[in-house]
Amino acid sequence: MSIETLFEVRFPAKAERLCLIRALVKRTAEVVGCCSELSDRLVLAVNEACMNVIQHAYQGDELGEIVLEMLNNNGKLHFRLVDYAKPIDLDSVKPRDLEDIRPGGLGTHFINEIMDECDMGHLEEGKGNYLEMIKKIS
Amino acid sequence: MNISSEEKEKYTLIGLEGDVDLSCSPDARKSILAVLEENKSLLIDLGMVTYIDSSGIASLVEGYQTAKKQSLRFGLVGVSDAAMSVLKLARLDKVFPIFDSFEDYEKEDI
Repeated sequence: MSIETLFEVRFPAKAERLCLIRALVKRTAEVVGCCSELSDRLVLAVNEACMNVIQHAYQGDELGEIVLEMLNNNGKLHFRLVDYAKPIDLDSVKPRDLEDIRPGGLGTHFINEIMDECDMGHLEEGKGNYLEMIKKIS
Repeated sequence: MNISSEEKEKYTLIGLEGDVDLSCSPDARKSILAVLEENKSLLIDLGMVTYIDSSGIASLVEGYQTAKKQSLRFGLVGVSDAAMSVLKLARLDKVFPIFDSFEDYEKEDI
């Protein structure tokens, strides 16, 4: 079986658009056979990844764009998120110690807990950033 | 998201309803901190929360820590399954005082 693109969507880096992305990811995950609990977790991880782009990569610049692709690669769901912001400091993206109770810093922890694999980096010629997250579903 | 607020005898009850995400968590944060600024104890009803992300959780953590500093009571009540699964993932379900009902919260107010 080849890799199937489930959807590719381009949207503005606005917090108000996140509800649409959540609905899209949730429905698509269910269509490819994820149970409700797993679908909800995937939604949380993708939402957190988009939030990181909005808050940290674009730093609230709502003119920025985000591209989200969801693919099914033989029972592995791939989520590829691309932005065109300035290249971020990759070393600064790490989960916080959960014993250190404070507001913020949980998004990366959620992504790492939910996904099986994560890879992030810069686009060529400093044109932006990407995050690829993989979750095995069968 | 909808936010409601109700004055009780010994505390203020804030109800959050719907999706608590980055688009509205600043409003939730503002409501939570406004109660604590008035030196009132706070109970937050999460029974009608359909989704909460890390920004919503951060507002709760800030409220919890502010209340603690001011020696005020802080609690969550009737936490929905959707909210509880995120609290568990953040391992905050053992940190926040969580109550099944308003009566349970009031009973502990000795």
